[in-house]
Amino acid sequence: MIIARKKPVEEIITEIDPYDRILILGCNECVTVCEAGGKKEVEILASALTLHYQARGKAKTFGKATLERQCDREYLEEIRGRIHNYDAVLSLACGVGVQFAAETYTATPLLPGVDTVCLGANEERGLWTERCQACGSCVLARTGGICPVSRCAKRVMNGPCGGSANGKCELGPDTDCAWQLIIDRLKALGRLEDYEQVAPIKDWSTDRAGGPRTITREDIQL
Amino acid sequence: MNENGTASSRLARVLRSGQMAVTSECGPPRGSDPSAIREKGRLIKDYVDAVNVTDNQTAMTRMCSLAACIHLKQEGIEPVLQMVTRDRNRVALQSDILGAASFNIPNMLCLSGDHQSFGDCPQGQNVHDLDSMQLVQTACHMRDEGKFLGGDEIKRPPAIFVGAAANPFADPFEIRIPRLAKKIACGAQFIQTQCIYNIDKFKEWMRRACDRGLSEKAFIMAGMTPMKSVGMAKYMKNKVPGMDVPDEIIRRLGSVDKKKQAQEGIEICIEHIQELAQVDGVAGFHIMAIEWEEKVPEIVERAGLFTRPVV
Repeated sequence: MIIARKKPVEEIITEIDPYDRILILGCNECVTVCEAGGKKEVEILASALTLHYQARGKAKTFGKATLERQCDREYLEEIRGRIHNYDAVLSLACGVGVQFAAETYTATPLLPGVDTVCLGANEERGLWTERCQACGSCVLARTGGICPVSRCAKRVMNGPCGGSANGKCELGPDTDCAWQLIIDRLKALGRLEDYEQVAPIKDWSTDRAGGPRTITREDIQL
Repeated sequence: MNENGTASSRLARVLRSGQMAVTSECGPPRGSDPSAIREKGRLIKDYVDAVNVTDNQTAMTRMCSLAACIHLKQEGIEPVLQMVTRDRNRVALQSDILGAASFNIPNMLCLSGDHQSFGDCPQGQNVHDLDSMQLVQTACHMRDEGKFLGGDEIKRPPAIFVGAAANPFADPFEIRIPRLAKKIACGAQFIQTQCIYNIDKFKEWMRRACDRGLSEKAFIMAGMTPMKSVGMAKYMKNKVPGMDVPDEIIRRLGSVDKKKQAQEGIEICIEHIQELAQVDGVAGFHIMAIEWEEKVPEIVERAGLFTRPVV
């Protein structure tokens, strides 16, 4: 799932300050699950901003809407009839949703209301952790199902590096050493000897290094 | 033992002769004045076979390792070019290997490098296009196949003696030997270890390395760093990742007067070298006297490693 984090409200205020009528646009997918940009956050943010501007004697209008997905044109169409009522849209979707909304409504400034952080998992309530960097060429079969690209600070493919101590990354005790996890996992699977296979030099052309990626599935295209 | 690239390297010739090799290291300056690195080099010139030049160590921006290597070479000192994969992609790494080869720098040590968050640019990107083992493979591929990673031919391929680092003390201990084996399988011809203070644990690691025949496939040099004070020992124990400093070392340094702790650190270092020189598989010593290069001659001399052989 895409994990996003609410932007500091001070930053949002700086973004929206030049505009009088602002539509706060939530998204009902990933950002709802990680509680950064769903219907509830739209309500809370609209109230907070209203109070902020009321206290300063400024009249601003905050509209509210939450789409099923902002990364899908079909759902973005739902605001076509009302977007002309606003000077700007503050999107609480991930960076994909913000861009897709901006592409759909080119005449309206689209402002991000969250910071998109990573592809992660919901470990427990209020805790999300990165699991994937979408490098486009998955090595998990070789690494016991634990990703060295997203979970090692140096993304070493034959690790661990020399800085691992007590199972933790050299960055500090809050970060597991991905390679300790990989070794533990390989051991539990009875496959520790797999560690000695040298990982080939990685082809990063499927990563962002290869430029913006496009996925085409001719078999399902209409 | 892969002997490619060993002809041009004095370090390789000493190791192949079966005599204990000695290397030390110099950190390049945080400025463009080369006099300090030249001076450090002159201090240790006659006491070592080659001098490692660190590559933005602890992720602090410094004069580039290659330029500092050239300064040492101009002083008549054989450099070991250290290269980390943190700051450069495979294009830049291969380019620097050729640049080093154009100056006939005969040795390189392949490392991943400390994370940039420890240095002066914590907001920077790291690269890690390759990891340290893949850099070993790259250097060996360029030398042995005479080709770039992309497949094109290299006119005058580099003739380099390729090394890697090993930390006998990092976690998890059970893969320390498989990891060493992997580096050697990638082509590492010499290994310089992390600083050794836990002698018993190092001996156990070395015994396992010998049992697997790894000491016959690559020259293993024991890393030594003299302690300057009990404070340094405590810092290394508690703050430096992957460092194993037994309490005995801390007690011993703490038991002498503060003014004499530095000398006690030298004594410990010399005793450790003498003890480890008797251990099967130890092919030499890599003395990392961090910003304390002037002590290297005393250590080398008193440990019985002077004079350096003519090869």
